[in-house]
Amino acid sequence: MSDDMDIKDKAAWDAAERVADYEHGWSSDIETDFAPKGLTEDTVRFISAKKNEPEWMLEWRLKAFASWKTMTPPDWAKLNVPPIDYQDAYYYAEPKAKPKLGSLDEVDPEILRIYEKLGIPIAEQKLLAGVEGGEDGGLPQRRVAVDAVFDSVSVATTFRAELERAGVIFRSISEAIKEYPELVRKWLGKIVPMHDNYFATLNCAVFSDGTFVYIPEGVRCPMELSTYFRINAENTGQFERTLIIADRGSYVSYLEGCTAPMRDENQLHAAVVELVALDDAEIKYSTVQNWYPGDAEGKGGIYNFVTKRALCQGRNSKVSWTQVETGSAVTWKYPSCVLNGENSVGEFYSVAVTNNYQQADTGTKMIHNGKGSRSTIVSKGISAGHSNNTYRGLVRVAPNAEGVRNFTQCDSLLLGSLSGAHTVPYIEVRNPSAQIEHEATTSKISDDQMFYAMARGLNTEEAVTLIVNGFAKEVLQQLPMEFAVEAQKLLGISLEGSVG
Amino acid sequence: MLQITNLHANVGDKPILKGLTLSLNAGEIHAIMGPNGAGKSTLGYVLSGRPGYEVTEGEVTFNGQNLLDLEPHERAAAGLFLGFQYPVEIPGVSNVQFLREALNAQRKNRGEAPLSGAEFLKVAREQATALGMDMEMLKRPVNVGFSGGEKKRNEMVQMGIIDPALAILDETDSGLDIDALRIVGDGINRIMRKPDKAVLLITHYQRLLDYVKPDFVHVLADGRITRSGGPELALELERDGYKELAA
Repeated sequence: MSDDMDIKDKAAWDAAERVADYEHGWSSDIETDFAPKGLTEDTVRFISAKKNEPEWMLEWRLKAFASWKTMTPPDWAKLNVPPIDYQDAYYYAEPKAKPKLGSLDEVDPEILRIYEKLGIPIAEQKLLAGVEGGEDGGLPQRRVAVDAVFDSVSVATTFRAELERAGVIFRSISEAIKEYPELVRKWLGKIVPMHDNYFATLNCAVFSDGTFVYIPEGVRCPMELSTYFRINAENTGQFERTLIIADRGSYVSYLEGCTAPMRDENQLHAAVVELVALDDAEIKYSTVQNWYPGDAEGKGGIYNFVTKRALCQGRNSKVSWTQVETGSAVTWKYPSCVLNGENSVGEFYSVAVTNNYQQADTGTKMIHNGKGSRSTIVSKGISAGHSNNTYRGLVRVAPNAEGVRNFTQCDSLLLGSLSGAHTVPYIEVRNPSAQIEHEATTSKISDDQMFYAMARGLNTEEAVTLIVNGFAKEVLQQLPMEFAVEAQKLLGISLEGSVG
Repeated sequence: MLQITNLHANVGDKPILKGLTLSLNAGEIHAIMGPNGAGKSTLGYVLSGRPGYEVTEGEVTFNGQNLLDLEPHERAAAGLFLGFQYPVEIPGVSNVQFLREALNAQRKNRGEAPLSGAEFLKVAREQATALGMDMEMLKRPVNVGFSGGEKKRNEMVQMGIIDPALAILDETDSGLDIDALRIVGDGINRIMRKPDKAVLLITHYQRLLDYVKPDFVHVLADGRITRSGGPELALELERDGYKELAA
């Protein structure tokens, strides 16, 4: 890259040093190959060629690109987003030192250092930072397999050999397209259709990497699987794609985490996640989203437009979404469940924190097509500063779906007097046997609670963190233990400076 | 230990304390009695630094330190404990978590090492047992669903775990039945009746003083101390009421 970029990187680094509020805000000098700036059919061809993709994949991308050009961005969310110039960004950025997947030895040591700095266990013998020798001791020694996605490419997937012995396929999606084309073609775009929405269609055209998981029949995945996304390069959008297939009677717990450097311009992240659970299968999908949220004046930050959907296709299948959303300048995200299977179960547990000028419009859709299908929605929104935080959810019951049940709870917590909390539930019931419950509360952290905690020795920020974690507890306890600890700290960091 | 000199304080624009002077030495228990609205609870809040309670005049020193310069959490770390008249509920946060974080925050503020989970639980169990409180209650969210009496007992468990130098107990006796009153009174004596500690008991009634014998009793009326004496003053107040004496 040019010297100019190095200087900017240096500036970003220095800014990160000065402003410790966003601890992952540093960027790194990694030699990077970019696609030519802008978005044309050639960009799509470039990405596909870079990945050595089969012809069918390129055709699929081009079809999506042609459609996308005729589409318009959705405008129904309670978000104020300036028009995005899609020609003023890079759609592909790849570290120059070619990663050779499957062998950690050959990953650029500089990239390994970055993940180390983020506390992410790329080395297979390592546990998550902060867990090893925890002060209470006695935590189960759990191992986590990681797919590390750096800008547009996956740089490492760990524990492949051990997972393969169990029959589990854990690959970057680029590899899976080549190695398991039948499986990929069977499900890619089947859960989130190519024309689902503006951002999903864009993703179909330009997705660069992501994770593919297949759990065979009857297998309980022997460890947690996770993907860590890092946007490092400047002016670059990240468009990853995740596909998880849980065959009959299988189980997997999957976690994704995301960070990005602090930069003054906005960067686009438009991911698509597709999950499918067959008969008696269960997928637990957890997200800790900590993209750079912008500074205190609302400058910079990630635009996070994500489409996540699960198909509970089989009888008694279950998908549970848990998300802790603290980052991004704008979040537009509705992890959903299409409950086709008889007695299938969908769950959505969410904590969304907005501070300063962040905007979040997030929630879920529970589409009940199967008889006896059940869903639970627990949403905890926390708004501080000048931010706006909206829960938007749909519960739909099809005419033939007998005996459906849903329970929804939406709680909002306001800090200060300048932030907004909004709840927009849609309920469409076409079968009279359905039982639908909706509870909602809005509250403020009370002066009494703050003073009580402070009189016992906590400072303002410790008191806020404690009270907010209490508010979000029902959701946090759904996370795998290691990540729950991480998420609790994150809630505190995100709300620094929001009270007093 | 605590020296309050000519303290004036407002809540909003309204003057509540109007020149209060009071001195507590280590090893002493003082009771402050007085009619509703005299400024008793305000005194507790002002001493512990509650926002919205504005000191307009006067001085307070605590072990030689200017107390009024400190933030509420710094006052706690310096050894001051406020027992709340109405303990506050914190949903989703267990008593154990709350107290451990509070205690370790205080220790950090004082430059001491944090207590480990095991060390903390040992102390917590001792204190809960001494106050007849089930460990299960310590695992429940702070004061949520507790009866009035349980909340007050919980305040005493907190005091036992935090082990402060000075306790200001704001109507700790209200809402207690006779048995609970005795348990709480025993707790105050056990935890605080020591040569290096002091207590300021704020109360309406004589009955707590049957269990916790004060060394001094003061009458607070219209924002200042109007009379001081020994334990016999409390009995006199009980017999004659505040009207006679406050004047």
